[in-house]
Amino acid sequence: MAKDVFIYDAVRTPRGRGKKTGALNPARPVELTKTVLDAVRERNQLDTKDVEDIILGCVTPVGEQGADIAKLSALYAGYDDSVAGVQINRFCASGLEAINQGACSIAAGYTDLIISGGIESMSRVPMGMDGGAWMIDPQVSDRIAFVPQGISADLMATLDGVTREDADTFAIESQKKAAQAWEEKRFKNSIIPVQDEFGETLLDHDEHMRPDTTLEGMAKLSPSFTEMGQKYGFDAFTARKYPHLESLNHIHHAGNSSGIVDGAAAVLLGNKKIGDRYGWKARGRVKAMAVTSTEPILMLAGPGPASKKALDKAGIRASDIDLWEINEAFAAVVLRAIRELDIDPAKVNVNGGAIALGHPLGATGAMLLGTVLDELERQQKNLGLVTLCIGGGMGIATVVERV
Amino acid sequence: MFTREEKDGVRILKLAHPSQPMNVLDEAFMDEFENELKDLETNQGQLKGVIITSTKPEFIAGADLKMIAKHKEFESAKKFVLRLHDMFRRFELLKMPSVAAINGVALGGGYEVCLACHYRVALNTPKLQIGLPEVGLGLLPGAGGTQRLPRIIGFVKALPLLMQGKKLRGETILKEGLVHEMADSTEEMMQKAMRYIQENPESQQPWDNKKFRIPNGDVHTPKGYQHFASASAMLEDKGRRCYPAPRAILRCVYEGLQMPFDKALEFEAKQFAKLSTGKESKMMIRSLFFGINQCNKGVSRSKDVEKKEIKEIAMLGAGMMGAGIAYVSAKAGIEVQLKDVTKEAAERGKSYSQKLLEKAVKRGFSTEKKAKALLDKIHATDNPASVANADIVVEAVFEDRGLKKRVTEESEAAMKDGAIFASNTSTLPITGLAEPSKRPENFIGLHFFSPVDKMPLVEIIKGEKTRPEAIARCLDYVRQIKKTPIVVNDGRGFYTSRCFMTFVEEGIFALHDGVHPGVIENAGRAAGMPVGPLCVADEISLDLMHHITKQTIDDLGESAISKELWQTAKLFVKELNRNGKKAGKGFYEYPEEGKKFLWPELTKRFPAKEEASSFEEMQERILMRQSIEAIRCIEDGVVTNPVDADVGSILGWGFPAYTGGAISYVEYVGMKKFLERTETFAKNFGKRFAPPELLQKKVKEGKGFYDK
Repeated sequence: MAKDVFIYDAVRTPRGRGKKTGALNPARPVELTKTVLDAVRERNQLDTKDVEDIILGCVTPVGEQGADIAKLSALYAGYDDSVAGVQINRFCASGLEAINQGACSIAAGYTDLIISGGIESMSRVPMGMDGGAWMIDPQVSDRIAFVPQGISADLMATLDGVTREDADTFAIESQKKAAQAWEEKRFKNSIIPVQDEFGETLLDHDEHMRPDTTLEGMAKLSPSFTEMGQKYGFDAFTARKYPHLESLNHIHHAGNSSGIVDGAAAVLLGNKKIGDRYGWKARGRVKAMAVTSTEPILMLAGPGPASKKALDKAGIRASDIDLWEINEAFAAVVLRAIRELDIDPAKVNVNGGAIALGHPLGATGAMLLGTVLDELERQQKNLGLVTLCIGGGMGIATVVERV
Repeated sequence: MFTREEKDGVRILKLAHPSQPMNVLDEAFMDEFENELKDLETNQGQLKGVIITSTKPEFIAGADLKMIAKHKEFESAKKFVLRLHDMFRRFELLKMPSVAAINGVALGGGYEVCLACHYRVALNTPKLQIGLPEVGLGLLPGAGGTQRLPRIIGFVKALPLLMQGKKLRGETILKEGLVHEMADSTEEMMQKAMRYIQENPESQQPWDNKKFRIPNGDVHTPKGYQHFASASAMLEDKGRRCYPAPRAILRCVYEGLQMPFDKALEFEAKQFAKLSTGKESKMMIRSLFFGINQCNKGVSRSKDVEKKEIKEIAMLGAGMMGAGIAYVSAKAGIEVQLKDVTKEAAERGKSYSQKLLEKAVKRGFSTEKKAKALLDKIHATDNPASVANADIVVEAVFEDRGLKKRVTEESEAAMKDGAIFASNTSTLPITGLAEPSKRPENFIGLHFFSPVDKMPLVEIIKGEKTRPEAIARCLDYVRQIKKTPIVVNDGRGFYTSRCFMTFVEEGIFALHDGVHPGVIENAGRAAGMPVGPLCVADEISLDLMHHITKQTIDDLGESAISKELWQTAKLFVKELNRNGKKAGKGFYEYPEEGKKFLWPELTKRFPAKEEASSFEEMQERILMRQSIEAIRCIEDGVVTNPVDADVGSILGWGFPAYTGGAISYVEYVGMKKFLERTETFAKNFGKRFAPPELLQKKVKEGKGFYDK
């Protein structure tokens, strides 16, 4: 990269259960973004005039999340009128994409200071509210064989021979690691509790976790995508690319798939010049990034190829990475990535992942970047890699280096 | 065409098509409708409203398919529909209320006339049927049906009616919103029509009101998204993707509802033209409409034989088939002597009807009284003399020559003069079975399909000595029980079983070739067969296949059977003891709980090979094999015309309808291309794919199988 891109700060809200009963449901999306933007301003004594752009990922940018929520958040949080804002959508990788785009702009020398992040209030703006030709247009969905991601996840499990027990065991690990992380307050540097306008706390911890989940308890959950696949016929699409499969093994359920949650994140990115001016200590450096895309029916196989591409660009090997954050969209996705990259599972998602903590679609990528930085600092390690699977078959990866 | 009447300032148009047996929407109708329309336009200041009804039993039975088939080019088809659109549009925009007084069946184009009226009142009779069944012939309701119906009842209710072509009866018509009101008499219907006109002088179509919203929710709502996504997915499975019409309909609704009405109609017109000039609709109309009609008319029936109602049959053997034949016969009002070795066995056969009837009563398709009347027609017996009054004796005992011989002799001793003896064998040649008969001229094959109450075809097999009288009698009987007959000549497996077995056989060949069993099964379904070939093999049961194969070898020698088939039958039956579905294991495993799955060992016994057929090629192999065999059946004289072959293939063993049937499939692929593929496949897979001479001749002459 032409110029070094430094990460000066990374914050996130806790993740609230993405239901009407969730603690963050009363908070409108702009309230969540304001929470993290306020924190970035205050923690860094930031004169918002210096922020050249706010890039926010959001996957369902309609209703309350519509109309460029990035610019609206800047205004609502009281940032200077000169601050621009753009909302982007690369499905589940939007939050990391926001960071990569911000980094590109800084690396190219076009900007000095950017806030990247993401937002998703899944309890207020449910998934799929934005429609999309992919899913609803009868000609388009036929031509590109649209299947819901749960079907893809079960397809992956079927192809890879991942059993229900494999997936459940993985999920329980995620819960245990997340519980330990909270117990040891490993997220404390990043978590910004969400308060209402009267200063009352709505949520100060990740609400989706179920640390006492057992394998037996989990065995009682019914698969989530059997009906969708069999009764509504989505399973049939898989024959177009995988004609040898006579049926899918539907193993994913609410307990071994990512949780539906509300949350927002913000990351402060800048070049050396601006850091020096403020006297900030850089926490990390963006070392390489990549996006790619894979077969769209299987859809979730992107993390492996994207990571390899980013590692190549960084000129390093998978074994050089100290800590991995592979988004736990579904258990099978992470298990495949680990196998494909031939990496040590002990270095992956050491503080749990979206299965325990939840996956606020547009924000997750940015949250994971903060999580990996916190952990690199805690363990005094150097290299981290964040990767996510993405709708349409895409994959994204970003390599960060602690400084 | 239309008789004009005027009452209290309301114009009543009474339709009676002068040159068609039923009211249909054809060119003559269109011309006359336009004349009426012009007159209405001229008089719109004076007239208070207009009512359309018919003086024939039906309102309008549908559009004339010959008229649709006439337009072979996209532009011409589009122009033709746009003319209809223009007329219906002008009609609904008349400055007066319009009412359809639906006195009887209103289907397809007939119901679209009703949809172009502001108000619909239907006469509630048992004969009343309303729906848009175009999809069944590979078309869409092209006279505005895909646009008006969802704008009246919403897309959630309209989509199944449009995409599955359901015909509704009775109160459901009102409940689903296809009409506004029902009436119990013609007078009441006309009164209600008049009342609407008097009370709604400013009437207009809902979509011509500026404040119009799609009822029950817009496309762009969470409900809409969910609905269109799943409606789309439903079109993927079970070879449905081979049928372009349902998706075209879904597109018309999805895209059309987002456009202003006139643009939406134009979109529909283009989609219609694409379908009506496409090969699927051409094939489906030829086989499913004209073909089935021709079979039902009994073209090969001797005109010299007087038509006579069948009053009584005797059914020998009360197993699955016998019980089913007894049921469909009793349902048609025929007395049935249901005979088995013991009275108990015969009663068990009768209880099959009882179960079906209980279900029918529960679902409201029948009444207790009707069910009892039907059951009373079935007489369970163990007396061989019970055949005495039967017009036809149908034998459905085990496929064993000795047993069949005994039953034949026993029955003939008691049968009345002129009665027919019919064997429901599916494989044994009729001429041979007729040998013990003292009256072979009245000995015939009547091949029913299982389950009899659902399967619409009966294959009538002529033995060497079968006389035309016997054929005519059976044709009449088959029509009486509302099934479709095809008449074929004798031969091993006749027509349907012989071709169908090639489907199963090709699956087994593919296994030996190293095609993954999953690919074989999925290819069967993707090509449009109801299930995969290995699944069928299990259902037929592998020991029966072994039995049949062995019988063929005994009769004709080993060369008559393919090595792979014989080997596989022996392997599964003798060595592995996997006899098929009944045995709980065959090509599939059948766990007590959960779905069946392919026997995992298969891939070890028949290892996959890299050079094996692809998914797409496998689909071709499956359909081509059956087509080639059908051509050979024509060559051999087993089938005498392409119509019987096509109809028999679709109705008999589920050859996919979009192709038009086993013979039409050749044209569907393209005569020349098909020939080339047979040559390539013969080279790659063996002589079973070798092009029949008849095919080569046809291609050389540049003719299709339907061309004289």
